Amino acid sequence: MISLHPVLADSASTLSLTSYAYIFALAGFLGFVLISKVPSILHTPLMSGTNAIHGIILVGAIALCANAHGWISITLSTIAVALGAINVFGGFVVTDRILEMFRGSARGNASAKEAAHE
Amino acid sequence: MSNDQAQIAYLITSICFILGIMQLRSPVTARRGNLIAAVGMIIAIATMLDTNHANNVLLIILAMIVGAIIGTAGGRMVRMTAMPQMVALFNGMGAGAAALVAGGGLVPSLLSNGHVVSSCVKAGRLISGDCGALTLQNTGGTIWAAVSVIVGSISITGSLIAYAKLQELMGSRPITFPFQNYFNLALLVVVIGLALSFVFIHALGPILALVAIGALAVGVLMVLPIGGGDMPVVISLLNSFTGVAAAATGLDVGIPALIVGGTLVGASGTILTILMCRAMNRSLFNVVFGAFGTIAVGAGPATKGAGAMVRSISPDDLAASLAYAHLVIIVPGYGLAVARAQQEVREMATMLEQRGVTVKYAIHPVAGRMPGHMNVLLAEANVPYSQLCEMDAINGEFEHCDVALVVGANDVTNPAARNDPSSEIYGMPILNVDQARSAVILKRSMNPGFAGIDNPLFYAPKSMMLFGDARASILKIIAALKEV
Repeated sequence: MISLHPVLADSASTLSLTSYAYIFALAGFLGFVLISKVPSILHTPLMSGTNAIHGIILVGAIALCANAHGWISITLSTIAVALGAINVFGGFVVTDRILEMFRGSARGNASAKEAAHE
Repeated sequence: MSNDQAQIAYLITSICFILGIMQLRSPVTARRGNLIAAVGMIIAIATMLDTNHANNVLLIILAMIVGAIIGTAGGRMVRMTAMPQMVALFNGMGAGAAALVAGGGLVPSLLSNGHVVSSCVKAGRLISGDCGALTLQNTGGTIWAAVSVIVGSISITGSLIAYAKLQELMGSRPITFPFQNYFNLALLVVVIGLALSFVFIHALGPILALVAIGALAVGVLMVLPIGGGDMPVVISLLNSFTGVAAAATGLDVGIPALIVGGTLVGASGTILTILMCRAMNRSLFNVVFGAFGTIAVGAGPATKGAGAMVRSISPDDLAASLAYAHLVIIVPGYGLAVARAQQEVREMATMLEQRGVTVKYAIHPVAGRMPGHMNVLLAEANVPYSQLCEMDAINGEFEHCDVALVVGANDVTNPAARNDPSSEIYGMPILNVDQARSAVILKRSMNPGFAGIDNPLFYAPKSMMLFGDARASILKIIAALKEV
């Protein structure tokens, strides 16, 4: 059992290094499989959606800030929290806006089909 | 919340991310997918806030509120045409956070001791001692921190330069200087060397700062020579960089949700980068180090184009030929985004459909400034996505098409990519506009595209040009259609 950051023990997990390696490798393969199935029409929302997902770094920033002592650490980690929050909120909001339009476009789809039936 | 409970919460977060991406397979479920991913994010944030009732809680919440306001406002207000730069900007923010978390995590130990005891480092373990709040027990941690600082820093400045180029704060043409590639490579080697020395020899604060500064410079120098048309590749690449930085930080601080989220993004960015490169028939190396288009500028186009005749067509004539066509294929490009003509194009298409004309849109994978850019713009204008055709699906149909209407696209229609082995873009998959019964190109002027490559399509006997702003031209066509 190796904790990389002992002081973060209550916020970070205490898995072994090989467990992290497993998570990393499996997530990588899963990512390649999942994303290969996304059609090119949705590549922009995929990009902005994954953009929002890497905002998960916000969680790391919070952990750092909560354990920070001294003004340098506190300043750096506070900036990190703000940047991470911009990334998360901006990313999900933008993606939702894009996908909302695709729903509108789906309605257009339906009406086009109806028109074809008439 | 106990550690086990927290771990389960992070597992739920990871599952939400995965489910969210799974739902992106279809436009019908995609919005729900985004929502699921967002819920996962909220769970992770709440869990982390709950497990850290320690210090600076007020500060954290304040910083989050500020970030949330800026992010939400930016995300709400951005125009769809400006989406690529917004994504680049958010990407830079995430990269900044990743680099700060990885680097900042090392700060206390570096400050209080001057440096982390090097004999311990050589023994493979950084012993925490009284090094401050955040300390490392083994070099495994510092290696990941160093990776995150390097990749994250490159992504910060790279994204900002990409933003500046896309926002037209600076020219989108490649900026080059002599021996640029050698200089960039040398700088990268120095940065990596410094990082290795930080991890294995002297864990000194100033060295880490140098690593960060060097990597920031690499980011600037890497994106400066890349032209506007290559932006889809660059944005995908930077997206994947930030994902890798987040994953590395996750490995560093030991939060599995960070590893999963970051790795998924890294994979997504990598796949998109590969797809974009393939769509241009170029290697990633060539995009990053090629400074595409600098060779042809000034030389080729003028000489080649001078003798050839270009025929132009009036909006009235074009409206007539569109109105009596069976199949019209619209080929949108970045010019459509610049002119913000998507709504008008849709209006024109609807009028044609009411006359019984079949209208389809041919979307080249690298049309626009980010992957899928054209699809978003046309979806914004409520174009049914069944009409949006991928290159391979539509290329066979051009020969049956009466009018191919090219709106602000250039290089992706250039037949030289198919016929002319001496052309710079030879081998790039293109839309077969030249095979249509007639092609009409809406263009502001005869200036060649960003790459400065002449397009023989313009001089082809079946081609006609309609000069002017794309939006104004389409409005004229709409007016003329009403009278046909």
